[in-house]
Amino acid sequence: MGRTSLRSREGLAGWLFITPNLILLALFLFVPIVWAAILSFQSTKGFGTPEWVGLANYSQLMADPVFWRSLGNTAIFTLATVPFELIGGLALAVLLNSVLPARGLFRTIIVLPMVISGVASGMVAVLLFYESNGLVNKVLTAIGLDPVGWQSEGGPAMMSVVIAAIWLRLGFNMIIYLAGLQGISPELYEAAKIDGASRWQQFRAITVPLVGPSTFFLLIMNVIASFQVFDIIFVMTGGGPQDSTSVLVTYAYRNGFQIREQGYGAAIGIVILLITLAFTFIQWKSNRNRDLVE
Amino acid sequence: MTETTTLLIAEAEERRGRKNARLRRSAQRPRAGRAGIAIRTVIAAVVALIVVFPLYWMIVVAFSPRGEVFEPGLRFWPSTFTLENFAKVFDRFPVMEWFGNSLVIGTFVTAITVVVNLLAGYAFARLRFRGSNVVFLLALATMMIPVQAIMVAQFKLVSGLGIYGSYWGVIFPAAATAFGVFLARQFFLGIPDEVIEAARIDGAGQIRIFVQVVLPLCKPLVAVLTLLTLMGSWNDFAWPLIALKDNELFTLPIGLLFLKNQTAPDYNAIMALALISVLPMVLLFIFFQRYFVQGFARSGIK
Repeated sequence: MGRTSLRSREGLAGWLFITPNLILLALFLFVPIVWAAILSFQSTKGFGTPEWVGLANYSQLMADPVFWRSLGNTAIFTLATVPFELIGGLALAVLLNSVLPARGLFRTIIVLPMVISGVASGMVAVLLFYESNGLVNKVLTAIGLDPVGWQSEGGPAMMSVVIAAIWLRLGFNMIIYLAGLQGISPELYEAAKIDGASRWQQFRAITVPLVGPSTFFLLIMNVIASFQVFDIIFVMTGGGPQDSTSVLVTYAYRNGFQIREQGYGAAIGIVILLITLAFTFIQWKSNRNRDLVE
Repeated sequence: MTETTTLLIAEAEERRGRKNARLRRSAQRPRAGRAGIAIRTVIAAVVALIVVFPLYWMIVVAFSPRGEVFEPGLRFWPSTFTLENFAKVFDRFPVMEWFGNSLVIGTFVTAITVVVNLLAGYAFARLRFRGSNVVFLLALATMMIPVQAIMVAQFKLVSGLGIYGSYWGVIFPAAATAFGVFLARQFFLGIPDEVIEAARIDGAGQIRIFVQVVLPLCKPLVAVLTLLTLMGSWNDFAWPLIALKDNELFTLPIGLLFLKNQTAPDYNAIMALALISVLPMVLLFIFFQRYFVQGFARSGIK
C-alpha cells in the first residue's frame, strides 16, 4: 500500500471519528449561536412572526438601567468571589499538603461541596440565611450582634450569594493547587532552607511563582464560572431585592423566558457570549504559550 | 497483548517511582514541631467543620418536625427524629419519577458524551488529517459558551425539532460538549507509539485498532469522563429548567425548585428532597474519589 493512500485512509478515519461529536456541536451549539445573533436583531414575544428591528434591542440595552446594574453586579460578584477562591484554595492546598493527621479526611470534606448541585446548595443557603429566624441570624443575635437583612437589603443579599458560591468552588481550587504543589521539586525548599529562608519567604519565592500556571488556569476558570453564575442566584434571591443581585445571565433568562422578550433576551446573550469569548481567547493564548515552553 | 503487558509494567513502575519520590519527600521534610502540627490540625478541622455544616444542616432539617427550624432559640439537632418529611415528599410529589428522569437523562447524556468524546479525542491525538487543528480550535471555543447566552435560540431549535419537553430535548444539547475531548486527547497522547504502531504493522484498520488496542487501555479515562459527565448532568439546572414543562418529566433539581415555588414552601420537605438528590453523587464521590479528583486535577493540566 502506498504512503499516500495510507495517509488518506487515516484522514478518512480521523473525520469519521470526529463526526458524531461535530454533528452534536454544530446542531446544538453553532446553529443556536447564529440563531441567537439573528434573534437579537428581531422583536418577538415567542409567538407570531418575529419583526426585524435592526439594532433596537442593543440601543435599548444601552439605555436600560437594569442591564447596567446586572453587568455591574456580575463584575461585583466576580471580584468578590475570585480572589477568595484563589487565595483560599492555595492556603488550603498548602495546609493539606503538609504533615497533618487525618489529612485525607480533611481533603475529602473540603472537596465534597463540588459534587453538590447548585440548586441543593442554594436551598440550604436559603434556609441558613433566612432573614427572620434563619440559623445565621439566630447565631448573630445569640452572640449579641444585630440580625442581618439577607433578603431585604441589597448588600447582604449579594454577600449571601457570594458566600454560597465560594463554598461550592473552594474544593476545586484546592484540588488544582494540590496538583500544582505536588509538581514542585522538594529540593528547591531544601536549598532555600540552607540559604536560611523563612517559611514565609519560601512560600513567596518558591510556592507562589511555581504554582503560577495553576493560578492562571484557576483565574480564568473562576472568572468564567462567576461570570456565568446562575443556579445559586436564581434559587437564593431570584435577582432581588430590587435587582441588587440580578446578574447578566439571570437577566437574560428573565427577558427570554419570564417576560418573554426573546429578541431582547438574545441580545443580552450575545453580550454574554462576546465577553466569554474574550476570556476564552486569553486562555487559548496562555495554553499555547505553555505548550511552547514545555 | 505483549504491548498491553509492557504498558502495565511501565505504569506499575511509574507508580512505584512516585511512591519512592513521596517517601523521599517526606523523609526530607523537616520534623514539624508538635505545636505546628496541632495548630494546623485545628485550622483544618475548623475549615472542614464550616464546609460540612450546610450538609449537616440539610440532614438535620430533613429529619426535623415541620417548622422547627424557624422556631426561636438555637437548636442544632432535631427534637425528635422523624421520617414524615420523606413520607410527605414521596406522597405528594412524583419523586420516584423525578429520580428516574435524572437517572435516564444522566445515563444517556453520559453514554453519548463518553463515546463521542472518546472517538474525537483519539482522532485529535493520534490521527493526522487535514483541518484537524482548525476543528480542534473550534471545539475548544465551544467549551466556554454558557448555555444562558444562547438559551433562547436553543429553546427555539429544540421546539423546532419537536423534542421540546421530552428527554431528548434535555439530552442532546447537554451531550453537545467538547470538554471530554480534551481529557481524552491528553490521555491518548500519553499512550506509547509502539502500542499503536505494532497493531498498524499487523495490518489492523483504524477502527479495529481503536476498539481492540486502544479501548482496553482507556478504563481510567472512561471512569473519569463517566463520573464528571454524570455529575454534570445530575446537577444541571439551567437547561432542564428551560427544556422541561411537565412535572412528571422533571429532574431532581427542577423538582426541588418546584417544591420551593409552592405557596407556603415546606422547607423540611425541600431538605428531604435535597438530601435524596445529593445522596447518589455523595456516595459516588466517596467510592470513586480518586477518579473524581484525578478528573478535576487533569482538567487543570492543559
